[in-house]
Amino acid sequence: MSAVTSTAAPLVEVGDLSKTFDVSPPWLNRVIERKPRQFVHAVDGVSFSIERGKTLALVGESGCGKSTVARLLVGLYAPTRGKVRFDGTETTEALRSSAALALRRRMQMIFQDPYASLNPRWKVADIVGEPLKEHGLLAPDDGKTRSVRAADLKTHVAELLRSVGLAPADAEKFPHQFSGGQRQRISIARALATQPEFLVCDEPTSALDVSVQAQVLNIMKDLQRKQGLTYLFISHNLAVVRHVSDQVGVMYLGRLVELADKAELFAQPRHPYTRMLLDAIPDIHMSGRSRTPVQGEVPNPLNPPSGCTFHPRCPHANARCKQERPALLQIKGVQIACHAVEEGRI
Amino acid sequence: MTAALLEVKNLRVEFPTRHATLVALDDVSFDIAPGEILGVVGESGAGKSLTGAAIIGLLDPPGRVAAGEIRFDGKRIDNLPYDAMRKIRGRHIGAIFQDPLTSLNPLYTVGRQLVETIQTHLSVSADEARRRAIKLLQETGIPAAEQRIDQFPHQFSGGMRQRVVIALALAAEPKLIVADEPTTALDVSIQAQIISLLKRLCKDHGAAVMLVTHDMGVIAETCDRVAVMYAGRIAEIGPVHDVIHSPAHPYTVGLMGSIPAMDEDRERLLQIDGAMPRLTAIPTGCAFHPRCPKVFGRCHVERPNLMPAQATRAACWLHSADMQAAA
Repeated sequence: MSAVTSTAAPLVEVGDLSKTFDVSPPWLNRVIERKPRQFVHAVDGVSFSIERGKTLALVGESGCGKSTVARLLVGLYAPTRGKVRFDGTETTEALRSSAALALRRRMQMIFQDPYASLNPRWKVADIVGEPLKEHGLLAPDDGKTRSVRAADLKTHVAELLRSVGLAPADAEKFPHQFSGGQRQRISIARALATQPEFLVCDEPTSALDVSVQAQVLNIMKDLQRKQGLTYLFISHNLAVVRHVSDQVGVMYLGRLVELADKAELFAQPRHPYTRMLLDAIPDIHMSGRSRTPVQGEVPNPLNPPSGCTFHPRCPHANARCKQERPALLQIKGVQIACHAVEEGRI
Repeated sequence: MTAALLEVKNLRVEFPTRHATLVALDDVSFDIAPGEILGVVGESGAGKSLTGAAIIGLLDPPGRVAAGEIRFDGKRIDNLPYDAMRKIRGRHIGAIFQDPLTSLNPLYTVGRQLVETIQTHLSVSADEARRRAIKLLQETGIPAAEQRIDQFPHQFSGGMRQRVVIALALAAEPKLIVADEPTTALDVSIQAQIISLLKRLCKDHGAAVMLVTHDMGVIAETCDRVAVMYAGRIAEIGPVHDVIHSPAHPYTVGLMGSIPAMDEDRERLLQIDGAMPRLTAIPTGCAFHPRCPKVFGRCHVERPNLMPAQATRAACWLHSADMQAAA
């Protein structure tokens, strides 16, 4: 690895990260129909950090902003407010400067849908080889002939494919010749091509069947052990999160409501929303158990409730929850945003 | 033994294509007792949705039932003409589909769709139908049903729409409901609500359910019995508890092991290498044999039928009389 000596410093630090999308009607409609401008606060003041070689998982229901966080981290969106620091460098600035390429090499992303994230007209060799060429990662071009360089590329691609459990001969095939799980492995091989330190995985197994999901999760864990990768793992499946992560952040309507070590969170969920989520998941070992269905649904993010956004569904809500927005506080070793927990009511 | 409400015997569904005839379902047999909830589980392409579609007579052409029979309440329904089947579908067999947005007509109010369904199948007055529709919406837990009934589907959220679809399926008091992935498109917290609602309503109305899903968790919590499908056949069928805790078929063992559980820590998940075969290339013998860790000679050549295995019935030669005698 490069000049990394300060082991204590986290690899990724996110501070007060926010992203607001303008979803206003077109100008003419606003003028004629007197409609106001509208904004969605997709991510609102999220802070966390990820240690080197660890996995942070973000969980939440659809529309809670977890994918937006992923995209903000790799620079696919520019944050409205807040900072992302990667190994001490602030990425928002760096991604606009000449250092962008070097930074991009160190963080890569795996997307949810392996059917949409691979170019159907490219061979696997081109898909996996492109980052190698783009980042100039092949051996330096000291007067080598074309054929030598092509052979270089081929060896590299073969090695990458082998690392995710595919055969080197697969390089000559097209994406449509692979199943969903195999395609997701190609995505992983492509992400690994630049030898990144940090991988952002946005629901990498949601589109896959369970037996194939197990294959992909096992590969991801093996790679982490061998190469010391750091993961941000986005998922809505708590059982999967429990399997892969070291730390878990629970999001609700664009905010982190609880951030804790995996063992702590699953053994003793504190935030009412976390409890509700844990209660709601069907589990194969709970045959016959009647679970407590939660009341209500996720509110419209265009018009979120006042105070704590979870209060309309929360069994412990009181007057304070309806008015005052709880901050993420350190309470008994975990970070949590809840008045009831803070006051010791639950 | 009480007479089964639905009997499926040796069902075979084929898709004739230009090159070859694809056999999507092969020799599928099971039954559902009145009031029972049968889960059908499997990975994508296993044929679980197709089984549901064959039962309600909604196979997409060129798909057709090539052999076997489906009996409902003792009468054969797989060879009925379209109009006769229409009278059964909705009236006696209700259907719930995966996507609640596409199963409702966006141009009609929710009430109009409910009233239409009720009046098509039951001879009641318009006022009575509307009263029933409101009652159904209330039963499915839709707040302010009297007002919501005159709203359009787009004014409902995903979870609420699925409640409306359940109300529609129950409108004519059918004896059987075929629910194809009813909670897959929903968030976990909503999924829990819908599952318990479906379970409670079917109990109240005495309806049997065939619940098609890929989520073993949902099956574990909801069903009495479960059928595990693989490559167009039933690999194992039995009481839910036995299939989950002491599976007999190697595929079921692998499937259970590959699901991350909430109450145990494992460094690695059990994985089944390879993927489900395509319909064009179903292996000879047992379709699972190329991926099976316990494969032996007979599996390559001969196709196993369901046979008693521990507490369940599994299509696997490991449980044949010869093997049991040798063990």
